[in-house]
Amino acid sequence: MAETTFERVKGIIVEHLDVDKEAVTLDASVKDDLGADSLDVVDLILQFEDEFGVEIADEEAEKISTVGDIVNYIENNL
Amino acid sequence: MTKNRVVITGLGVITPIGNNVSTFWNHLISGKSGVGQITAFDTTDFPVRIAAEVTDFDPLNYIEKKEARKMDRNVQFAVAAAQQAIKDAGLELNQIDPERFGVYIGSGIGGLNTYEEQFKVLLNRGPRRVSPFTIPMMITNMAAGQVSIRFGAKGPNSTSVTACASGTHCIGDAFRLLKYGDADVMLAGGTEATITPFAFAGFSSMGALSTQNDNPTKASRPFDRERDGFVMGEGAGVLVLETLDHALKRGANIIAEIAGYGMTADAYHLTSPDPTGDGPARSMKKAYEEAGLNATDVDYINAHGTSTQLNEKYETLAIKRAFGEHAYQLAVSSNKSMIGHLLGAAGGVEAVATALTLKHQIIPPTINYENPDPDCDLDYVPNEARKACVRTAISNSLGFGGHNASILLKAYEEVSQ
Repeated sequence: MAETTFERVKGIIVEHLDVDKEAVTLDASVKDDLGADSLDVVDLILQFEDEFGVEIADEEAEKISTVGDIVNYIENNL
Repeated sequence: MTKNRVVITGLGVITPIGNNVSTFWNHLISGKSGVGQITAFDTTDFPVRIAAEVTDFDPLNYIEKKEARKMDRNVQFAVAAAQQAIKDAGLELNQIDPERFGVYIGSGIGGLNTYEEQFKVLLNRGPRRVSPFTIPMMITNMAAGQVSIRFGAKGPNSTSVTACASGTHCIGDAFRLLKYGDADVMLAGGTEATITPFAFAGFSSMGALSTQNDNPTKASRPFDRERDGFVMGEGAGVLVLETLDHALKRGANIIAEIAGYGMTADAYHLTSPDPTGDGPARSMKKAYEEAGLNATDVDYINAHGTSTQLNEKYETLAIKRAFGEHAYQLAVSSNKSMIGHLLGAAGGVEAVATALTLKHQIIPPTINYENPDPDCDLDYVPNEARKACVRTAISNSLGFGGHNASILLKAYEEVSQ
């Protein structure tokens, strides 16, 4: 299950940030390691919300730093 | 105060008849129409179903995927045309002073594709779903912004938003910045991508567009008596302008000189031209006067020539006001007969065509000219390109709101006349 969520998150990140699959690890920082700026992060949140049918509140979104944070949040709120 | 001479050293275009300068020019002088049925959206309920679309444009030939996604189509066109122009000019970006390298690229409407798409999201899914890129993709200045970011141009940077005169105003304003020493090199021109449902609904409601849906290649017929409205085009035209000193120092290939600029307002009506032709007449006159030339020195006018009844009637009158009897000696033609009306990009693409006219000494034709109109009795270079001695040419752009802009280009000579 964890891997499925991670793989789906990875796919969205690869598509939207145009980064290599290998770079998208659970520990990778979305901004520092994957090169997202603040607008990219908002855009990604919208994509995750669409993909998983969850709502990520702004105050929760602000806490997200790594790919692992995203995967955990989604799994806990599905 | 020293005034610099200003020259054109690079050209770039994305147009309905070619996505590079040589294809565009070859099609322009062979009289090829770029007009066809609209493929960009479903036209079922629309009274107008034709346009001059840019085809086979892949933004990924110019822009990385991640960045291309954040650019409206009009910005992608501008970046592509700017990249072509830089290459054509042989500009080595690491060898010029970035703080004296500027951008002046305009658009009449800006990111309408983005606006329409995201407005639908707002209505259908609510405000939280609207993309964070909506505003930066939509705003009309973003072509100039993105071009500066991509090419490291830290000098003067701005946008003119004057409807169909935007491109010519940008080139004229960039010319003045160079002339008065604010920059060494400027990327200048216009871009537009408004083949969208909202634009077609609005322009159709005005009755501005040709309804010759069954005969698209014949629909744009500037100066012909049967003209019934303009055909929407899209694309971009960007030129590298630089001071003559800067161009000579780096051994650049000089395509032509830009020597005059005029801008005026009709102060008459929101869309109709002033029936006296006074505004564009003064604009053309200012352009040749700034160049230190007389009316009789001008050989060719790249007309605004939209294919609307009013424009050609009054642009013809304006030419007669500005040139007197010489109006009957000079040649006039409209690129819009082939590429349609590119709105804010028109002045950019038509300046490229005017520079190429001086370079190749060939005047592109006005195609679809079949029925003489007594109100339009000048030499419109009907249907066939013409070899001619063209030393001096003016390009006109006239915009809704009564904006008139004219630039004067001339063949480059070492000693200024």
